Amino acid sequence: MTRISGGLMDRSKELSFSFDGKTFQGFQGDTLASALQANGVRLMGRSFKYHRPRGVISAGSEEPNALVELRSGARKEPNTRATVVELFDGLKANSQNCWPSRKFDALAVNDLLSPFFAAGFYYKTFMWPAKFWEKVYEPIIRHAAGLGTLSLEPDPDVYDKGFLHCDLLVTGAGPAGLAAALTAGRSGARIILADTDFLMGGRLNAERFALGDEAGSAWAAAAVDELASMPNVRLMPRTSILGAYDHGIFSAVESVSDHLAVPAEGKPRQILWRIYAKKNLLCAGAIERPIAFPNNDRPGIMLAGAVRAYANRWAAVAGSKVAVFTNNDDGLRTVTDLLAKGIEVVAVIDTREDGPVVSGAEHFRGAQVINTKGRLGLKSITVRLANGQSRVIACDILGVSGGWNPNVSISSHQRGRPDWNEDISAFVPGKDLPDGMSVAGAANGVFSTAMAMNSGAAGAAKALELKSAAIDLPETEDDPVSIKPFWHVKHAKGRAWLDQQNDVTVKDVKLAHQENFRSVEHLKRYTTLGMATDQGKTANVNALAVMAELCDQSIPETGTTIFRPPYVPVALGALAGRSRAKEFHPYRMTPSHKWAEEQGAVFVETGNWLRAQWFPQKGETHWRQSVDREVLATRSSVGVCDVTTLGKIDVQGTDAATFLNKIYCNGFAKLPVGKVRYGLMLREDGMAMDDGTTARMAENHFVTTTTTANALSVYRHMEFCRQCLWPDLDVQLISTTESWAQYAVAGPNARKLLRKLVDPEFDISNEAFPFMACGEITVCGGIEARLFRISFSGELAYEIAVPTRYGDGLIRALMDAGKEFDVAPYGTEALGVMRVEKGHAAGNELNGQTTARNLGMARMVSKTKDSIGSVLSRRDGLNEGNAPRLVGFQPVDRAAPLTSGAHLIGKGNPAIAEHDEGYLTSVVYSPNLGHYIGLGFLEDGETRMGETLRAVNLLGKTDIEVEVVSPHFIDPEGGRLRV
Amino acid sequence: MIINHPLLGQRDAQEFTYLGDACLIDRPEWQPEGGLEEFTDYAYQRENPAGEHRELWFHEQGDRSWLVVTRNTLTHEISKVELATDVARARGRHK
Repeated sequence: MTRISGGLMDRSKELSFSFDGKTFQGFQGDTLASALQANGVRLMGRSFKYHRPRGVISAGSEEPNALVELRSGARKEPNTRATVVELFDGLKANSQNCWPSRKFDALAVNDLLSPFFAAGFYYKTFMWPAKFWEKVYEPIIRHAAGLGTLSLEPDPDVYDKGFLHCDLLVTGAGPAGLAAALTAGRSGARIILADTDFLMGGRLNAERFALGDEAGSAWAAAAVDELASMPNVRLMPRTSILGAYDHGIFSAVESVSDHLAVPAEGKPRQILWRIYAKKNLLCAGAIERPIAFPNNDRPGIMLAGAVRAYANRWAAVAGSKVAVFTNNDDGLRTVTDLLAKGIEVVAVIDTREDGPVVSGAEHFRGAQVINTKGRLGLKSITVRLANGQSRVIACDILGVSGGWNPNVSISSHQRGRPDWNEDISAFVPGKDLPDGMSVAGAANGVFSTAMAMNSGAAGAAKALELKSAAIDLPETEDDPVSIKPFWHVKHAKGRAWLDQQNDVTVKDVKLAHQENFRSVEHLKRYTTLGMATDQGKTANVNALAVMAELCDQSIPETGTTIFRPPYVPVALGALAGRSRAKEFHPYRMTPSHKWAEEQGAVFVETGNWLRAQWFPQKGETHWRQSVDREVLATRSSVGVCDVTTLGKIDVQGTDAATFLNKIYCNGFAKLPVGKVRYGLMLREDGMAMDDGTTARMAENHFVTTTTTANALSVYRHMEFCRQCLWPDLDVQLISTTESWAQYAVAGPNARKLLRKLVDPEFDISNEAFPFMACGEITVCGGIEARLFRISFSGELAYEIAVPTRYGDGLIRALMDAGKEFDVAPYGTEALGVMRVEKGHAAGNELNGQTTARNLGMARMVSKTKDSIGSVLSRRDGLNEGNAPRLVGFQPVDRAAPLTSGAHLIGKGNPAIAEHDEGYLTSVVYSPNLGHYIGLGFLEDGETRMGETLRAVNLLGKTDIEVEVVSPHFIDPEGGRLRV
Repeated sequence: MIINHPLLGQRDAQEFTYLGDACLIDRPEWQPEGGLEEFTDYAYQRENPAGEHRELWFHEQGDRSWLVVTRNTLTHEISKVELATDVARARGRHK
């Protein structure tokens, strides 16, 4: 049994779990990795490219190999590092990337073909013939590649987002972080202490150092208790800081329920936190690095610090004969710790000839491991002694220590690069740190426990500018770092792994160098080193040391690649939070929404709005039936449509008219009170931006409308003009889109219907209230309202607005009053059909590439006053002879359908860009005309009435002959508007 | 990022929308015939500095004020935040 005595697990809570279908036992406090090792499991999966048998190498989130598929069903999670999975009862996990089993993996044949799969092979092979790529190569590679599989079922859990503020964020709750948090917490400042682990304490829980007369883990537990009692301290275990952003803003993900079989009722699975920290102290510790040697990737070959972490914290050793290969004193701690636990240490291989000797184990100094055996699990190592002789040593666990790398990632998230520290042979955070950041402890290259704690306490005191004396810290080990750099074993046959997750070897680095991909950023992309889910945390430094050697330059000269968030992989679900499916963004509903739902309306999303698209009636099975009916009913009697969503902006002030005159390309300064005018707004570059109507309610009071889509941007633009261009104009703006419910009432019976609701003192006869009139009225016995006689449909029409709270009441009153006229509610589709029949431009025509001239409105651009866009609209390029013009189209064969987006090609010409004369922008079926009609832009279109062209749609493979006609299909004189 | 609004204090940049270089305040004088070169420069030419940049932000989800923010495009340090109307007036813009 490989479970030994001791450990920090709760042995009173036994847990059952399964791995690859086999059931095992573990304890509360185990990780999946520790429990597997306690059960003697070393083989945990297969590598990405070569499908080599692999086991766990670390005890933390830096793990490259032990990636499992956790859980089953909808909660199945691929690529989960077994080292950070908190064991729970009933946990199910499966190995990845091996079929049919991890012991026998058919794709291990890739390993035999490895000479052909060296770095860069993807783009050296599979290039010819070109047509094979899509049909042959890609499907094969897709099938073979990838790690893990998705369940493809919707995620059943919820994820929340939260916001936190603090005076000091301490990242990492090891010795430095705990000392910092105690210092800061006792001062009363608002502190957040975050650690990825479920048990705070960092290496204090993995080493056997005493702190004072307590075990390190006991001291850590007591410190956590004290911090938990402080109301100004927020402890956040199971929380990974993901990134350091500008101005002290951090992202973090908290695992609220990952350690439970299912989240508790009402609880999220994870929370994505946005932390605003006035200051932050990075106490992220250090990550051990291995040494590269041939066949250094077998299950059972691990980082030395991890071997002793599993033995000390988790009482787990997955073997019985342990060897240690090191270039520094710290690796020897594993020897001491295992011997203390009664585990046999069969050999200590120290690259240093003068390395210290630990009694109880045979030492080979000035020696190297040059090979290993044991495909499914380490069986033996071959050691080359100082005198050149070889020795084969049987062992099943090999702990490797090449030194420790301060965990500098987060310190380099804002362009900073780390500095090389020769004393510890590692990179430390550079001088260019993110806003408000300082670094303490091992993350800063301060490795001894005593010095780490001191630096944490001092760092917190400095960050918070505390004046009081430092806190009392217990006495503990203060050993110096003693290391002789040694990166890879030379003059030994066989592949030596650097990046175990992406299967990058020393040979690949040599190949990159040979092919002249020598900068670290090129090395990374050419070999894929450091690009896997572990981001090369146990590989990058070793690899760039190899490249430095090859380039005959120093490690600092070679440098590091850029560090980017997230520090650890984060579930997309956590990033999405509640913004999923129907809740992707908030819905805005119009005042008539409830009523429309009752009518069974079909809704369409227009931005965040839900608008009724059509109102199907009994017996209607196809949307065309409903839409055609609504159009015919409106043009023959009366229809009502909710137009609340169009932007409304209230413009007030003694300079309101002057202001509008500068915003619109056409004139508004002389618009009489009680009149409405169509207005076109240009962008400063002369392109049409938006159109709408502006009504003058009073001398100094206007109401401007915009299209639905541009309500926000037009308002923003108008405020820009008001505040930045003409700040002393006496004009104020406010968006009133949501303040008024607004309905279009259109059709020959529109006036008759309205008369039933408009209070009698208001005369809305054609004489008193002609086309393009506006006014403030009351309806239904005194409810304030605004009436505008404007028409998008081309019929006799009005838009009536009441304060939003009366919107539901008004639509019902309109429908009731309209019964005698067979009033038809109509939706956005019928609205669209009617405006196309009239030739009115809308969003499709105002697509950001069209000018007033293209729209047939060149004369609207005033030549006698300043307005946004008027100067640049005069550019020659926009005014050439054959500039596109908005015209109408109908199919020559009236029965043929048209497609919006089809391009206009001359009859004898090939359908290529050279012969492209324009395109259709809007297409509808006109029930009034009995065939499809379209609007579009055609070069010099207004001179080509009657010409026939082809409307070609290469994607839909249609090619229809069309006739160029006036865009005004119905009532071009506009007589119906003025009755 | 955090923008220290002159009236409202520190706000997350997420409450704002960004427009661009504050040179947009310096809109040329309209001319009935000419002005093409000035307006072309105004619409298209930008310094695009690697360093201190004065730029326009709109507090869309707040008080709807336009601000001129002085921000270092390399370090993102914001050294100054002013109301755009103040900047516009100081630059001689009125009616």
